[in-house]
Amino acid sequence: MNNLLRNRQVEFRLLVVLALLCAGLSLATDTFLTMANITSLLNNNSVNLIWAVGLLVVLIAGGIDISFAVASSVVQYAAAKFLIGIGGGNWILGFIVCGIVGIGLGLINAGLIHKFRIISIVVTIATFNAFFGLLMFFSGGRSIYSLPDWWSDRVILFEHQAVDGTWSELTLPFAVMVVCVLLTWILIRRTNVGRQLYAFGDNPEGARRAGVNIAAMQALAFGWCGMMAGIAGLMQVNIVQEVVPNALYGRELEVLAAVVLGGARLGGGRGTVTGCVLGVMFVAVTQNGLNLLGISPFAFQMIIGAAILVAISTSNISFSSLGRIRMEGSK
Amino acid sequence: MPESGGAERHALRLKAVSKTFGGVKALDGVDFEVLEGEVHCLAGENGCGKSTLIKIVTGVYKPESAGLIELFGERLDGITPVQARDRGVSVIWQDLALFANMSVAENIAFDAMVGLRPRGVDYRGMKKRAGATLERLGVTLDLDAALSTLPIAQRQVVAIARSLMNDARLIFMDEPTASLTQSETDRLLDIVRRLSADGVAIVFVSHRLAEVLEIARRVTVVRDGRLVGVYPTEGMTQARLGELMTGHMLEDSVAARDMSSAPAVFEANRLGRPGEFENIDLVIRRGEVVGLCGLLGAGRTELAHAMMGMSEPATGEMRLHGDVYRPTSIRAAIAHGMAYVSEDRLSLGLLQKQSIVDNASISVLDRLLDGLGLISNGKKLGLIRGWVEKLGIKIGLPDDAISTLSGGNQQKVVLAKWLATEPKVLILDSPTVGVDVGARAGLFRIVRELAEQGLAILLISDEVTEALYNSDRVLHMVQGRIAGEYDPSTTSVQALEEAIYE
Ligand SMILES: Nc1ncnc2c1ncn2[C@@H]1O[C@H](COP(=O)(O)OP(=O)(O)OP(=O)(O)O)[C@@H](O)[C@H]1O
Ligand SMILES: [Mg+2]
Repeated sequence: MNNLLRNRQVEFRLLVVLALLCAGLSLATDTFLTMANITSLLNNNSVNLIWAVGLLVVLIAGGIDISFAVASSVVQYAAAKFLIGIGGGNWILGFIVCGIVGIGLGLINAGLIHKFRIISIVVTIATFNAFFGLLMFFSGGRSIYSLPDWWSDRVILFEHQAVDGTWSELTLPFAVMVVCVLLTWILIRRTNVGRQLYAFGDNPEGARRAGVNIAAMQALAFGWCGMMAGIAGLMQVNIVQEVVPNALYGRELEVLAAVVLGGARLGGGRGTVTGCVLGVMFVAVTQNGLNLLGISPFAFQMIIGAAILVAISTSNISFSSLGRIRMEGSK
Repeated sequence: MPESGGAERHALRLKAVSKTFGGVKALDGVDFEVLEGEVHCLAGENGCGKSTLIKIVTGVYKPESAGLIELFGERLDGITPVQARDRGVSVIWQDLALFANMSVAENIAFDAMVGLRPRGVDYRGMKKRAGATLERLGVTLDLDAALSTLPIAQRQVVAIARSLMNDARLIFMDEPTASLTQSETDRLLDIVRRLSADGVAIVFVSHRLAEVLEIARRVTVVRDGRLVGVYPTEGMTQARLGELMTGHMLEDSVAARDMSSAPAVFEANRLGRPGEFENIDLVIRRGEVVGLCGLLGAGRTELAHAMMGMSEPATGEMRLHGDVYRPTSIRAAIAHGMAYVSEDRLSLGLLQKQSIVDNASISVLDRLLDGLGLISNGKKLGLIRGWVEKLGIKIGLPDDAISTLSGGNQQKVVLAKWLATEPKVLILDSPTVGVDVGARAGLFRIVRELAEQGLAILLISDEVTEALYNSDRVLHMVQGRIAGEYDPSTTSVQALEEAIYE
């Protein structure tokens, strides 16, 4: 237990802060702690969470990805064109097509990083621009509204009507998000391949000497992130029922912030699915709370920025002092 | 090569192996052979190519040319780290190559995780196996602790445990004792003997020649990437081995002078910090080298930290040139003319990806400004050339990344970095860990010169001979207190060793 607290300090702290935040909001507003609000919070953040776990894997492996949100847009557009082209398709085909296109885009990043030994931030800023430029060029900036019914129809998994008549429901994106989060957890925590990702992010030279296949790790990290981007793209269409080429542009920083807030280290080797989910939920609840309290959305950006600074600096302080205490105690 | 009745089989045979980095010939046609069950030492100066040889056998580097690479009688034309491990080769890397954010257990058991065939991770089994291996070493560590929370000596133990995990038949140990205490070293040497008796071949690299002669059956000496020869350790002396490694005679002798009339530079009066050290009275005079011996954990490093403003003493006071000295940070200490070459040399305070020049000049950037207030490259290079020459640092180009240097040469860069600040008081905390015999002699010649120029020096050392031969006075610290003072000119190595390791 003691160990759990020590090794999961960031997560624990974030959980406490999130709990306090929720408690505060439930007292300050009478809309926050309603089933309708909570479920819509979960539905609306499904896409962010799917992205977040994809990005988490890249961060653990010591990389960074700026291009995933735009990649989702590319996937949406390509999948819509293709599926409409073959006469509509269905959910299974949708998952396959989006997954494959997403993985393909991720592998482009991995290939460039590995082959030309360019750092990932440079590569993904480049592909971010390239993906977006190509998408705008081919789509001419036009949105697609007439989508196959299976894609744009809401799939409700759970619904409930409160006494005052408001409906609350959980939809397909929520369930898909849960599956993505679980799969990512299994990958990074429960498989040998995932542990090699951590090792590679932590000490690339050490991992190489131990025989870890570096190219495969890069491909896995960015391929996984790409697959999540593909699935997130598929789900986002299901939520908004249209494909707008520039709709996701700019969402990447918010997700990156949330993942870093959740304890993933820029530089690799550290980060957990729990922390990642808490990070996204913290950002979501903050935004939701400010909304309910009627505070300017710009305050949100400042608060998130400040929270990241606090999270990063305090975690460093406590880690090093912890190290010193243990050293003294260990003699 | 005909074998003598097949009784002694080869674990490893290398013939005519060469490797070049840029312009540097790290290995030039080297032959190397290890028999099964043999403890074989690989000796040579810093940068002679020992670590490179290990990396070639384990497939980390590809040699330019190799007449023959043979593991357990099997001839290999290209080898990968995984193939090497499958054939029973494991390594304790000089820089440990561990994973700072992973737990101790996972670090120890990591090699079993390698490979792309997906498998589940059995954390409980992993902990059990890691625990059992640590037990073999006679050490207990918190298996769940993140590696980054461990002091350097314990990380070394983790690296040793890791190499023992997969029933290796050939183990390379690249300076495994560099940051171990005497008792830990003894235990490791015991294990090496036991492994050897079980038929495991061990290639042992160390700059502590006494250790080498004690443990090894044969020693292969390499100089500047070339093979000097293979010698039995029977009948070999440290002096002779040092001569083979460096190509010239090295002499050790007591050089203590009586400095009691020189003015005091640094004084500590009844200095104390609960749990670390207490009642420390210490004077270091102008031009004096004061040796500080004791077991690990005696409080020597903690005392140095207090002197450098890295921790605050609770009682007593320090004086510099007679004035009260109360540093609140390392920076303040440096500004007062204090310098500290720390013992934690695996992290080294070096920026691994930056160049050699930048690393060496980082602490004195303000003195390298040109007329415009910009950092002058010319001055920077001048500074480096001077120290490279004085310390005999083996480098390619000053602009190469520091990570291209051999381990021992990286340590010399750290020393250069501190000497460049032109300090008044220099604290050397185990300065020769991982430094070869030739360079040690060079280092202490410089320490002497610096002392002669008036520098006050505190030499913290784990090696009794080193402290005795190079200090003017030796202090002995036990459990946070200074227990005795010895005059090197009237004290024998044995007497001091007995006092310390009684
Ligand atoms: N990756 C690299 N790039 C460039 N040069 C290198 C590289 N690795 C080693 N060298 C050079 O090759 C030579 C041999 O280095 P090596 O690390 O094998 O020395 P060593 O015998 O292990 O020394 P030490 O006792 O200091 O550890 C050195 O001159 C070093 O600078
Ligand atoms: Mg070496």
